[in-house]
Amino acid sequence: MKEKELTKGKVTTIIANLVVVEAEGPVSQNEICYVDRAGVKLMAEVIKVYGKQAFIQVFEETRGVKVGSEVEFSGGMLEVTLGPGVLSRNYDGLQHDLDKMKGVFLQSGDYTAPLDYEKEWDFKPLASEGDKVSAGDWLGEVTENTMPHRIMVPFKFTGSYKVKSVVKEGKYKVNDTVAVLLDSKEREVPVTMMQKWPVKVPITNYTEKPRPFKLLETGIRTIDTLNPMVEGGTGFIPGPFGSGKTVLQHAISKEAEADIVVIAACGERANEVVEIFVEFPELEDPRTGRKLMERTTIIANTSNMPVAAREASVYTAMTIAEYYRAMGLKVLLLADSTSRWAQALREMSNRMEELPGPDAYPMDLPAIISNFYSRAGYVYLKNGETGSITFIGTVSPAGGNLKEPVTESTKKTARCFYALSQQRADSKRYPAIDPIDSYSKYIEYPELQDYLNNNISEDWVDKVMEIKNYLIRGKEAAEQINILGDDGVPVDYHITFWKSEVIDFVVLQQDAFDEIDKSCPMNRQKYMLDKVLDIYHTDFKFESFEEVNPYFKKIINEFKQMNFSGFESDEFKRHEKELEKIVKERKVEKEEAVEEKE
Amino acid sequence: METKAFQKVYTKITQITKATCSLNAEGVGYGELASVSGRLAQVVKIEGENITLQVFGGTEGVPTNAEVVFYGRPPTIKVGEELSGRFFNAFGEPIDGGPEVEGEEREIGGPSVNPVRRKQPSELIATGIAGIDLNNTLVTGQKIPFFADPDQPYNQVMAMVALRAKADKIILAGMGLTNDDYLYYKNVFDNAGALDRIISFVNTTEGPPVERLLVPDMALAAAEYFAVDKNQSVLVLLTDMTLYADALSIVSNRMDQIPSKDSMPGSLYSDLARIYEKAVQFPDGGSITIVAVTTLSGGDITHAIPDNTGYITEGQLFLRHDTDIGKVIVDPFRSLSRLKQLVIGKKTREDHPQVMNAAVRLNADAVNARTKLENGFDLTEYDERTLGFAKEYSRELLAIDVNIDVDSMLDTGWKLFAKYFNKPEVGIREEMIEKYWPKEEE
Ligand SMILES: Nc1ncnc2c1ncn2[C@@H]1O[C@H](COP(=O)(O)OP(=O)(O)OP(=O)(O)O)[C@@H](O)[C@H]1O
Ligand SMILES: [Mg+2]
Repeated sequence: MKEKELTKGKVTTIIANLVVVEAEGPVSQNEICYVDRAGVKLMAEVIKVYGKQAFIQVFEETRGVKVGSEVEFSGGMLEVTLGPGVLSRNYDGLQHDLDKMKGVFLQSGDYTAPLDYEKEWDFKPLASEGDKVSAGDWLGEVTENTMPHRIMVPFKFTGSYKVKSVVKEGKYKVNDTVAVLLDSKEREVPVTMMQKWPVKVPITNYTEKPRPFKLLETGIRTIDTLNPMVEGGTGFIPGPFGSGKTVLQHAISKEAEADIVVIAACGERANEVVEIFVEFPELEDPRTGRKLMERTTIIANTSNMPVAAREASVYTAMTIAEYYRAMGLKVLLLADSTSRWAQALREMSNRMEELPGPDAYPMDLPAIISNFYSRAGYVYLKNGETGSITFIGTVSPAGGNLKEPVTESTKKTARCFYALSQQRADSKRYPAIDPIDSYSKYIEYPELQDYLNNNISEDWVDKVMEIKNYLIRGKEAAEQINILGDDGVPVDYHITFWKSEVIDFVVLQQDAFDEIDKSCPMNRQKYMLDKVLDIYHTDFKFESFEEVNPYFKKIINEFKQMNFSGFESDEFKRHEKELEKIVKERKVEKEEAVEEKE
Repeated sequence: METKAFQKVYTKITQITKATCSLNAEGVGYGELASVSGRLAQVVKIEGENITLQVFGGTEGVPTNAEVVFYGRPPTIKVGEELSGRFFNAFGEPIDGGPEVEGEEREIGGPSVNPVRRKQPSELIATGIAGIDLNNTLVTGQKIPFFADPDQPYNQVMAMVALRAKADKIILAGMGLTNDDYLYYKNVFDNAGALDRIISFVNTTEGPPVERLLVPDMALAAAEYFAVDKNQSVLVLLTDMTLYADALSIVSNRMDQIPSKDSMPGSLYSDLARIYEKAVQFPDGGSITIVAVTTLSGGDITHAIPDNTGYITEGQLFLRHDTDIGKVIVDPFRSLSRLKQLVIGKKTREDHPQVMNAAVRLNADAVNARTKLENGFDLTEYDERTLGFAKEYSRELLAIDVNIDVDSMLDTGWKLFAKYFNKPEVGIREEMIEKYWPKEEE
């Protein structure tokens, strides 16, 4: 394959992981190269070329690299390897298989293969002789962890081809030829089950990318009900440290209704990734009963792993997501935290002494972020099937202040904003998504409104708006009470406030660690929302404001017990009855209300 | 730090700053050690022949014709059982009058643990302090700092935690430690008869600040020896990481890097993470747990140092002087142990999570009541009860001088719930209430 002469070079400058190389031949931007450190080859990427000097970022510690160390350019950009067997794997940011590495500690230069080349897969042909095909078309399929995994015409193939032959149903390895295509000049081109793709380039073999319109259930009430995410949507979760970004993302990764989940642990804690390693092989996908790990791929570049590979890690994850989307699957991509990726860019641009933008981040940060988010989306494939990538990233703003470049750039591009509030986290009102500041632009899409009203209930969107309105009213009432004092306001203010507290405790708050409460299916969300609205619409009678708080606490308590019980179980129903009894205690019957007015 | 005969000696320094100096030399490796007029230094930049060295002892008095010798290796430490009970400076040289340690030489600041080889932390570290064990339970393999004002007794609490923690080894990494505090630790460990399981690497305020940069790496390389080679549980105390970060900024500012927030280097997050992420539960039973101190200035946790730390560590602990009871308590609102979920209700009694949450919630109601009081509003009867509860909760559970086991903490919690509240107000799951709510006695 590698016939062309590869360029060599010698190291001239080393500043941490920025290395300058005097190249002896042509080099290209983003080309991968290897620095020889006493026999160990360290992977690096060209990030700037200046005359004969190639500036490279080394994906490893550069300890021991010397002036004059040999560098070998690879002729290609950073690529991922795509094929059956990507699922259930734990990769580093450059797609090296972490499980195959030797020893307890990571050793630089220990680059392991991303796929298992010996494993045999049961291949079934989908295309037949004579079919006209082009990049991304399905030629066959294998079953990967009970899921259909389409073998496609490699994305790198340009123009159209004719299928000369496809192998018969049988067992094949990823490197075996499974089809032979004829190009426009009737030349034979073999296709295997494996292909490579440069991570920085989007895979765009779809015909159309419509506005998303389908709800993506996450099982999290404050998202699904109030600020829904959609299939192919984008969102981000900014929040100060400890406010619950990671717990929320993990909850989404476990409960969301997706075929494939790709998790990029980008510059965060290793123990959090370990949690996934431990839990996912055990936990079941609530919808299919499959183990979560079967639908998941993890890209782990934790904070102590090489900084330069952090940037690569999110692209690696995105490219894997695009690969599965091209098979017509619903992919959920999560990255924690995109701020660490931005910081990695900042460290590099700093070392290169580039003119800094705000907070010393590179000038083109907004463009980099929006280009990345724009790779997500719902698509129609050429064969009429659909696929999607829903992307949710976390953002870790310095000092918890949302007026900083990463948050602001992301806000311009992501359509859902799940702002975690320090105050809610401090009072343990989890998930700490601020119900008033947060938004989902999608709920304004008529396409989604129709979808919700058709699939949940005809007046669903109205109800959601109503609930949002009550939350704002509750907040206003609370402010008045704080200013004027408990007895300085009419009792009604207390009632308004406590009714919004019912919404908060029953709909917004959800215990991510409770077996039952952790995930709430849509039909249950609807049931509970209706119940809460019933309470809201009920008139209650109180003699003084002092009665309001204890009464609503009782109501909240019964509701919470319901949230903790299996839906429609005996226990659930018992608490529901109890709730009705409590409501009766103070409910003003309609006639009664009329009488009183007279 | 002996010089070998065949080493080339350079004597032409071209540039000197407060923390670095530059010279022309050949065949030098990135990150390798050197000595400048006998002071330890490390290569931080190579541009062709021009080498920049970070001089740990500072450059005061370094002449342009100082002798510079390169060692051809990065900083190392000699490890072995003999480290136990010993006190060293930032370079790993004994400061207790004892002999040099003989042992295997290992690079400090070595590679990271492969995440797939880590084990999930699962062993509770009991400290007897309810503000920690009940509300913010620590787990082996965790990393957690005290966010403390300089006048708070964090060193005392750290020493207490260390001694009660039942670790096989306690490694003290002192950065900018005052001599008094250094002696305090030495005394406390000595009096507890624990010296044989203590190892200290100390840079006191008397030493040059840049020297501190070596301390955590020294301590953690020693910790890895005991945790990996000997499968021991090792507790590392880092005090004070704010002074460590200050030293980082001194060096990076000398290297013309564009500072980011609060004049800290843009790489602060990665620099701190490299240290804290050494906390790990190894598959073969050994573990490294890190308890650190990050001093705050004016209680500001949005400053770049505590802020970046909070994004790295698995929670944080706050101390507070509670004027109601006149004692130092572990602040129940701002403190958080993120790994507590792994042990509470699993390694401890089933009611632990619920009791913990309910108590904190009721305490929050007390805070609201107090605000009302301060604003001159009348309190409801419920408000009065929460205040009574909060005071007793502080005295019997949060105060750092409480030393009881977790079951007693939980029993105390239930006792206080029953004394001040009715069942729905506590809002705990019914099964738990039935099982643990104290039976009425006359
Ligand atoms: N939904 C939840 N239910 C219960 N506890 C939660 C929830 N979300 C967060 N917490 C608590 O808050 C802690 C911190 O949450 P998390 O690790 O998700 O924060 P984070 O925002 O990711 O912080 P960082 O930016 O430092 O990574 C958790 O360890 C847990 O104790
Ligand atoms: Mg997090």
